[in-house]
Amino acid sequence: MKSFHEPPSSEITDEKVYLQRRRYLRWGAAGALGLAVGGVATLGLRQGDEAPQASEAHPADPPPKRWQDLPHSRFSTDEALTDWESVTGYNNFYELGAGKEAPARNAHRLETDPWSVTVDGEAERPGKLHLEDLLQSMPLEERIYRLRCVEAWSMVIPWVGFPLAALLKRFRPTSRAKYVAFETLYDPSRLPAQNRPILDWPYREGLRMDEAMHPLTLLAVGLYGRPLPGQNGAPLRLVVPWKYGFKSIKSIVRIRFTETQPPATWNQLQPEEYGFYANVNPAVEHPRWSQKRERRIGEVFKRDTLPFNGYAEQVADLYKDMDLAKQF
Amino acid sequence: MRTIPRQSSLVFGLSLMPLAGLVAAFLLGGLGANPAEALIRQLGDWTLRFLLITLALRPAQHWLGWRLLRHRRMLGLFAFFYAVLHFAAYAVLDAGLDPGYILDDIAKRPYITVGLVGLALLFALAFTSASGLRRRLGVWWRRLHWAIYPAAALGVMHFFMLTRADYREPAVYAMLLSALLLLRIRPAPGSVQKKPPINGGKGHAEKRVEENRE
Repeated sequence: MKSFHEPPSSEITDEKVYLQRRRYLRWGAAGALGLAVGGVATLGLRQGDEAPQASEAHPADPPPKRWQDLPHSRFSTDEALTDWESVTGYNNFYELGAGKEAPARNAHRLETDPWSVTVDGEAERPGKLHLEDLLQSMPLEERIYRLRCVEAWSMVIPWVGFPLAALLKRFRPTSRAKYVAFETLYDPSRLPAQNRPILDWPYREGLRMDEAMHPLTLLAVGLYGRPLPGQNGAPLRLVVPWKYGFKSIKSIVRIRFTETQPPATWNQLQPEEYGFYANVNPAVEHPRWSQKRERRIGEVFKRDTLPFNGYAEQVADLYKDMDLAKQF
Repeated sequence: MRTIPRQSSLVFGLSLMPLAGLVAAFLLGGLGANPAEALIRQLGDWTLRFLLITLALRPAQHWLGWRLLRHRRMLGLFAFFYAVLHFAAYAVLDAGLDPGYILDDIAKRPYITVGLVGLALLFALAFTSASGLRRRLGVWWRRLHWAIYPAAALGVMHFFMLTRADYREPAVYAMLLSALLLLRIRPAPGSVQKKPPINGGKGHAEKRVEENRE
């Protein structure tokens, strides 16, 4: 466990210290004054909503043996990792509550054992997969990907998972399978915010077949060498690093091969704001906010957003005949 | 030379506490994983809260019988103060002080346009808040300062427009503002006259000036 964790965490500490110093310089005397006056006020202001409860999220058990020394992927970025506390404390998972800190608070409700995934639709061998069998049979690897949220923030996350293609091939999709549809668990007792009609539950997403079969497309079962915490989409979630985060559907219970484009939750709610493709694209603005820049969690100022979130070299070909301003 | 009443100093100090708390939390890492975003958001929250507090003073004075209206100008100015900080935090932390980025946002993002119009209204109110100007503007002053309602409404609208799916929080502000506006439109019968005169036999107009003196 230690051997796996040490290098990333040391990088993180450095960056934090570095940022703190820069902040102090920037705010200078005003900051010092604020500290003096505001010490007391801070106590009152820091409600549960503002401090991520990382300790709750951190699994007490050590990671499974076979998750140690996972092979590293050639697709991994060498950028500094976003720290564990942020990755597991700042999440959009509306099923576990709106607001970035609510999912971590409510994650204990999401019981994931037992868990199975139904795979059906246009395939020769549809079936039901039990999570344990899946974990035993798929070769796990670590992949460090950038994640770009549609809300203009981003992270660098060391996922544990396997390529979606490896799983999909097992079910022998037919020639009529043009898309793959995904569905999140619908169970208000385990995903309590499903009691309120914030979104059209259950959450649904979809990929075109070539996107689903692309080697970058990952099914993640863990991060930082540990099983996925509930707030990150336990026990099984999609990770499509060149698309906005909402495409990477969490807590999947159903995968279906379809002939026509499947419905996607945010796309259905506000089609002019959230496209079906949702490729990260600084040139196509969200109607309400700019997508030109993003805030990397851990940094104060925004940085430029890259086309396809920096994965253009690998995926731009998938869209070469499309007008990405229209099919966004 | 006027001395500043102790109560006004207290209100002034209390009004600065949210800022002090936010700055301290920002520097000490108490604002979560995305402190820049949290700082901008919470300065916006405090703008709306101060606007609602300012608007609530008249009904609160009526019900509680405390002389609260004399703090109205200061609290209104604090609403403007937090609005300016909210915009400044956005301009620095989100836009990196890039004028092109900010102008682009104002032109293209309706929620930013709406927020900025609200800020402009608050600026007009703050600019004309001095006693001398108030006397000179006469009846126009009251008409102009009614604009605190549209300013607050624009602020709430701004919040609605940037929300993605869960509208409960902006809805709370909208309900409170609507309630205050309804109280304003239909005051309880004789709401002003019924109260015992605060300063003996002075006329109504004089009393108002008195109430607002700091």
